[in-house]
Amino acid sequence: MRYVDEYRDADRVRRLADAVLAEATRPVTLMEVCGGQTHTILASGIQQLLTERVELLHGPGCPICVTPLETLDLALALTELPDVTVCSFGDMLRVPGSHGDLSAARARGGDVRVVYAPLDAARLAACEPDRRVVFLAVGFETTVPAVAAAARWARDRGLCNFFLLVSHVRVPPALELIASDPERRIQAFLAAGHVCTVMGTAEYQPIAATHDMPIVVTGFEPVDILQGVLMAVRQIERGEAQVSIQYRRAVRDEGNPAARALIDEVFEATDRPWRGIGIIQQGGLGLRQEYASLDAQQLIPTDALPQPEEPERCRASEVLQGRMRPPECPEFGRGCRPEQPLGAPMVSSEGACAAYFAYRIGDVEDEIASQDPAREAQA
Amino acid sequence: MCLAVPGQVSEIDSREGLAEAVVDFGGVRKRVCLEGLPEARVGDWVLVHAGFALQQLDEAAAEELLGWLSDPEQPAP
Repeated sequence: MRYVDEYRDADRVRRLADAVLAEATRPVTLMEVCGGQTHTILASGIQQLLTERVELLHGPGCPICVTPLETLDLALALTELPDVTVCSFGDMLRVPGSHGDLSAARARGGDVRVVYAPLDAARLAACEPDRRVVFLAVGFETTVPAVAAAARWARDRGLCNFFLLVSHVRVPPALELIASDPERRIQAFLAAGHVCTVMGTAEYQPIAATHDMPIVVTGFEPVDILQGVLMAVRQIERGEAQVSIQYRRAVRDEGNPAARALIDEVFEATDRPWRGIGIIQQGGLGLRQEYASLDAQQLIPTDALPQPEEPERCRASEVLQGRMRPPECPEFGRGCRPEQPLGAPMVSSEGACAAYFAYRIGDVEDEIASQDPAREAQA
Repeated sequence: MCLAVPGQVSEIDSREGLAEAVVDFGGVRKRVCLEGLPEARVGDWVLVHAGFALQQLDEAAAEELLGWLSDPEQPAP
């Protein structure tokens, strides 16, 4: 596919990796904050190409993974109401709530539908006026304009049966939190390309300046990521801390003003709990007063919900903050696998644990087999 | 989650008070919301996420990076 395949070219990838190793005079540690980039890094073996000289840590780049348990529990409770249809992106279906997931709720007879676009959910509400249609609105700033367009369309048409269960999150406050950690090991961020396609770079300038950290807005293919790494390494070598854009083909400094205006019409910044991390100040987007009638929380009294219960053995919190790599978790590949996950990062298509399971599980399985004679004999 | 796919606008088709287009993704055609990119025209390359066009692709910037990396005489960009 044009504008995709050429950025996966192996020769170009090797040239860039060689340039990084030639220019990095000392070891550096970078963090990417996008699940799509994490998957590209694992799938393409970029960490192996960069050797130990350039370490890539994976930040909280999976919005599904940080969606609060309470939100998921509320969605699960809504599936039990007879006239409610819950619409969701496919990624959410297997994420474990306190008691089960949306896929199991559908198996029990709940009306759970996977949609590709938020507008599809709004159109469903228009077609089925006797049902209350709830869209599970999760995602970073990339996804918010699409949801805002659906909200405005529903309101303009006077739809009374379309609702949003909102759990949108904003990237800059999470970067600020990670950059402020007194035990911080990372020297630069690779910022998520498509978030900045919408938002631009202005919010990142104060983070780079305050914490003396380069921030390189980076794309998603192997060539993009290695060029982003090279740009970050050059800044570190020169002692600079600028916001720069690698992903020029999709990101302008000002972002997309029309998309940002849509967001601002429907949403405003608010404090939000991030699953595994805690409340991040201004870390989310909530509906403005003018759109409060779309809020799905009014459909069910929150005191009717179960007390949220996180599985004790899940270490997603440390994984999400780059303090632990998935294979270092004692449950990885053992008590936690995609078919039986303990936490969201193992089943979301952008979760770090899912990425390691898809591309590096062989390393861990060899180790498990060597510790378990019965399994080794079987193999 | 933030996956966005490049495609080429093949038809502007707004209705029901919504700016929309048909976008061709390597042969697969889908309706896409253009509320964030009202100036897009047939033939433009756009980046689409969750049925919403996020931005027009800067084709010159796309080629520049590849041009550098395809010429062994040039230093890495």
